[in-house]
Amino acid sequence: MAVGTLLSDELEMFRRTVEHLANKTVAPVAALHDREGSFPYEVVEEMGRLGLFGLPFPAEYGGMGGDFFALCLAIEELARVDQSVAITLEAAVSLGAMPIYRFGTEEQKQRWLPDLLSGRALAAFGLTEPGAGSDAGGTRTTARLQDGQWVIDGSKAFITNSGTSITKLITVTAVTGPGREISAIVVPTPAAGLTVEPGYSKVGWHASDTHPLSFDGVRVPAENLLGEPGRGYANFLRILDEGRIAIAALAVGAAQGCLDESVRYAKEREAFGRPIGANQAIAFKLARMQARAHTARLAYYDAAARMSAGLAFKAQASIAKLVASEAAMDNARDATQIFGGSGFINDTPVARHYRDSKILEIGEGTSEVQLMLIARDLGL
Amino acid sequence: MPMKVVVCVKQIPDPAGELRLDPASHNLVRDGKLILDESDSYGVEMGLQLAEQAGGGEVTLVSMAPHSETSGLRTALAMGAAGAILVSDRALEGTDALGTAKVLAAAIRRAQPDLVLAATESSDGYTGTVPVQIAELLGLPSVTFSKKVTVNGDKVLVERQTEQGYDEVEVPLPAVVTVTAGVVEPRYPSFKGIMAAKSKPVEELTVADLGLDPASLGAGGSRQQVVSVVPAEARAAGEIVTDDGEGFQQVLAYLERIKVI
Repeated sequence: MAVGTLLSDELEMFRRTVEHLANKTVAPVAALHDREGSFPYEVVEEMGRLGLFGLPFPAEYGGMGGDFFALCLAIEELARVDQSVAITLEAAVSLGAMPIYRFGTEEQKQRWLPDLLSGRALAAFGLTEPGAGSDAGGTRTTARLQDGQWVIDGSKAFITNSGTSITKLITVTAVTGPGREISAIVVPTPAAGLTVEPGYSKVGWHASDTHPLSFDGVRVPAENLLGEPGRGYANFLRILDEGRIAIAALAVGAAQGCLDESVRYAKEREAFGRPIGANQAIAFKLARMQARAHTARLAYYDAAARMSAGLAFKAQASIAKLVASEAAMDNARDATQIFGGSGFINDTPVARHYRDSKILEIGEGTSEVQLMLIARDLGL
Repeated sequence: MPMKVVVCVKQIPDPAGELRLDPASHNLVRDGKLILDESDSYGVEMGLQLAEQAGGGEVTLVSMAPHSETSGLRTALAMGAAGAILVSDRALEGTDALGTAKVLAAAIRRAQPDLVLAATESSDGYTGTVPVQIAELLGLPSVTFSKKVTVNGDKVLVERQTEQGYDEVEVPLPAVVTVTAGVVEPRYPSFKGIMAAKSKPVEELTVADLGLDPASLGAGGSRQQVVSVVPAEARAAGEIVTDDGEGFQQVLAYLERIKVI
């Protein structure tokens, strides 16, 4: 973990390694996958080789023995050049593998984690439903025990990593008993009765795999229950709190990526006989962008440090997620403005960040939900 | 047969940072944090691959650097090298290429390797002379500019890059081999590797430990002197050929003019 905001030599070396991977392997194909809406399998493979999918897990399951903060650093570096790739990692680890690691039985962990932690397979997490977004407790999907099997019916929406050719598991939350008892059940894919609907036509995050799912009498063995029955919702609240820090890291990467691109451009691009960065209108914009990225980074470092230290971090995670997603969106808007006409061309990184960043104010709890949580922490 | 590979690595100022020359000696100022010379990452990767192919063995790094600097060594250790020998001594300030070779050769002798790998040249000093000097001092055969290296029993087979193509060279082990950039794809150090590198052994030695004569080293022992330094010429704008169907002729004429063809 960081001492203050300075990274240890090891974490700095790790950050540089991911930065190198992002620049060399991810950035060159980002525009292509964005344009085609294709999943970057070759990038995922390379990330798997580097052990990114196993970062915060112990070596006994094939993990890297790192912590959640190391994962955040990796997500930030990737998001700088490609948010789709960063969210693929974020969802695979904190929504895919983490619930199994945290709530699974020893047997479930042994069976599923090695493939997930190596990046050979992806797990998705089906919580959101067409009628249950921010109000995750409004789950309609049901699972009932019948002849030693769970029979699952219902539908899920916006499920990341659910339709790739290496997706092997989808964990779903479902009502399993009276009194809105919600449990989590792991569905190996493909499964009879499970339809992965065609991907959405999204504004951004084009290379991230997102689908609606429908479950029509899908049957899985009773032992695929993940965690205690009835704890499905409560367990995942913790997962969501952590996820907010990771999304904040992703947003900081986006904000930084917009800044880096803009600074470079402002020094190169000349108008009226001098670089546009020599104009205070541009320089101040860049200074403001830098201040946003920096403060948002401090916010997520702090939330992650509190989490690692075992302190309460819910409000800090919400604050980090709120300010970082706003920093990303604001920086993307400023960056496209600095780029002028080129900023409106889809292939430029800043245009991609502009389209990609909007979801950061929506996913993993909208800005309004974060404000609600922060206000609640104030006793309101 | 387990193989012992020594890889010579240089720790240099980060080329992405601000680089300064000492006004008196014209040498590169190496006060700040140093990083692994990227051209050495190929030798490290090659060493690791050869040790793996041999079915065992290990890679030991040998380096000479000021201020007990190990940052660059940690990168190579994180990639998988087993340990390092670092020679750091104030008496070495201003040492020239031959002096560096004497120091590295003495350190390599302690490791008793089957094979010594080095980059063809460093990215900062660029003399490209140290590896062959080491070979000469150790009395070992040397092969430079390798683009492919295969160990076969007690011999090493090398494809040696030339202007026309490549030579196939075979020399007995132990030997000194220099590798070109791109000979292999250097692996990224994994998080686990980075953490493990923290506790890998780095043996730090002085000139006295190596039993070398300090008078033959450092600025005093240097037989090389940088007389002056001038900035590189800024790259001139290129010549643009508009292709109207006959553009190739202009390209050919140009290549003939600069005597490339």
